[in-house]
Amino acid sequence: MNKNPISVISSTAVPLNVENVDTDQIIPARFLKATTREGFGKNLFRDWRYEKNDEKNPKKDFVLNNPVYSGKILVAGKNFGCGSSREHAAWAIKDYGFDVVVSSFFADIFKNNALNNFIVPVKVSPEFLNVLFGAIEKDPSTVITVDLPQQTISTENGKSEVFEINKYKKTCLMNGYDDIDYLLSIRQEIEIFEKDYKN
Amino acid sequence: MSKTLFEKIWDKHVVTSIPDGPDVFYIDKHFIHEVTSPQAFAGLERRGLPVFHPQKTIATTDHNVPTIHQELPIREELSRRQVQKLNENCAKFGVELYGLGHPFQGIVHIIGPELGITQPGMTIVCGDSHTSTHGAFGTIAFGIGTSEVEMVMATQCILQNRPKVMRINIEGALHKGVVSKDIILQIISQISASGATGYFVEYAGSTIRGLSMEARMTICNMSIEMGARGGMIAPDETTFSYMHDRHFMPKGAEWDKKLMEWKKLYSDPDAVFDKEITFDAAAIEPMITYGTNPGMGIRITGVVPNPENETDESERNNLKKSLKYMGLEGGQRLLGMKVQNVFIGSCTNSRIEDFRLIASVIKGKKKDPDTRVLIVPGSQQVAAQIRAEGLDKVFEESGFAIRQPGCSACLGMNEDKVPPGEYCISTSNRNFEGRQGPGARTLLASPLTAAAAALTGKVSDVRSFLDEQNGN
Ligand code: SF4
Repeated sequence: MNKNPISVISSTAVPLNVENVDTDQIIPARFLKATTREGFGKNLFRDWRYEKNDEKNPKKDFVLNNPVYSGKILVAGKNFGCGSSREHAAWAIKDYGFDVVVSSFFADIFKNNALNNFIVPVKVSPEFLNVLFGAIEKDPSTVITVDLPQQTISTENGKSEVFEINKYKKTCLMNGYDDIDYLLSIRQEIEIFEKDYKN
Repeated sequence: MSKTLFEKIWDKHVVTSIPDGPDVFYIDKHFIHEVTSPQAFAGLERRGLPVFHPQKTIATTDHNVPTIHQELPIREELSRRQVQKLNENCAKFGVELYGLGHPFQGIVHIIGPELGITQPGMTIVCGDSHTSTHGAFGTIAFGIGTSEVEMVMATQCILQNRPKVMRINIEGALHKGVVSKDIILQIISQISASGATGYFVEYAGSTIRGLSMEARMTICNMSIEMGARGGMIAPDETTFSYMHDRHFMPKGAEWDKKLMEWKKLYSDPDAVFDKEITFDAAAIEPMITYGTNPGMGIRITGVVPNPENETDESERNNLKKSLKYMGLEGGQRLLGMKVQNVFIGSCTNSRIEDFRLIASVIKGKKKDPDTRVLIVPGSQQVAAQIRAEGLDKVFEESGFAIRQPGCSACLGMNEDKVPPGEYCISTSNRNFEGRQGPGARTLLASPLTAAAAALTGKVSDVRSFLDEQNGN
């Protein structure tokens, strides 16, 4: 099913300077009772965002509650998305309005889930991650640019780094294809494989 | 060409490889449950697709079910609807469902092996990260997201990049009071919560070969907690005798034929691993976690690390944040600390062997009156076996009540939660902030350590109970 293709994303960013952000923090289990993909954004980081689960009582020191920060890019500490395989974490991030997550290290399942939801996981060096945190914290209005075709991420004042992305995945993101479209297109090949396959 | 166990199985399941891209990877068995499947079924419906091979997918309800009065309608509306949705989807798409009330119902990673669905050499996926549990049988088993659940249902394949392979050897004899949960907590505390990311792990060595299947499953289960894609153990006589005669296992001549195949599933002696680590079993002690990821573990007699001794700034801040959440101080001992809750359950430790171990510690003793203890068997079959072996009497006499099967307080999705700010010694696999309920403080440990805490109401060293027993 075609999604919106991704090319160059330029935006301010939200700095979440925390390591090992697990998917239970991104979206706690008690919000996984829905049977659709929509509406998870309002519970993104629920227990870091609100005192005692009370929407009228936001935690002042949590970055999503800080009005100076906004944008389509979330910059986070290393080992982002570890723990549970819940894709609801990716749905919540996308639904909240992020198209890119930057970290120095992503957990495997989260990375797949992000890509399947057209969120670009940009893995940068620990040094460049610090550059980004520094730049955003110094000037929250600074614009970060993620150029998918060129595979670069850069700051306004000219600091930039190349990031890796699987060539196949890059093609999917830039054209709005998803893996299911691809797999369905080779169904015949799968059936031929099954003919000789025993287990 | 010599191959690792992982490579032998992987290569057999590659339908085709996308140039500069992932492999199209064929899946033998697919488990689903109520929480991560509804959106996948909805996706199929949107595309007007059937389930390609419905007989290769098996469903159960576990994450979001109550653990008392399962015979009654589920009270909580959203949970009831989610379970109902799975019933409808399975009926509509022709998928076998072991739902509430079915004698095969239980936590998805408990029922696969015990029913004989999980077999060596298979590729197994489920929308749940602890699918790695099935690797104890020499399978490639791992957790996937809901989009991938949809892919498997639509085409029996997913796209996967081949991970690197790491071998972790554990050699030697374990000390008394040390069980497989301690081994894996020790490994993760050394490797860290992200140290095996990008790898598939094979566990090997004399210690592993000496473990029961239940104990091996506990180890493979927690592979994901160090970031590994999955964990696996080569099948051997222990595996085959566990599997023999299980409900869905081949029987007679078919079994003999399969057995010949399964016996070829091991890493060739000169196979090359991308990384190899060895642990000495004799150096492992009962373990407990103090922090908010499973890598933050210490010996039960140890002290909580002090953030001031941490040289790396971000590590220091992380540790501070964790300790603040946990209400603990660097340098503090956990032994003797009061705990208000004990949770015995989850796909890590709720098999029959776990209950036998616990019964051996609590037999003839009384539960601490102030401690809430939640005991949840992993499946209906485990619950039945507990009764058949008379273990339920042992639990009852000690003052413990046994609940009905489900994930329960492992993830705090139903009403089984740990109250904010309270401590819980838990046999589950994750101590993340709020995992067992908002504000809950989880200390991961073995079933033995949990049993000891249930008796004393404190973090206790189970070895003192075992000494006592030996003295009798
Ligand atoms: S018991 Fe816990 S870890 Fe295991 S499948 Fe259920 S929720 Fe996941």
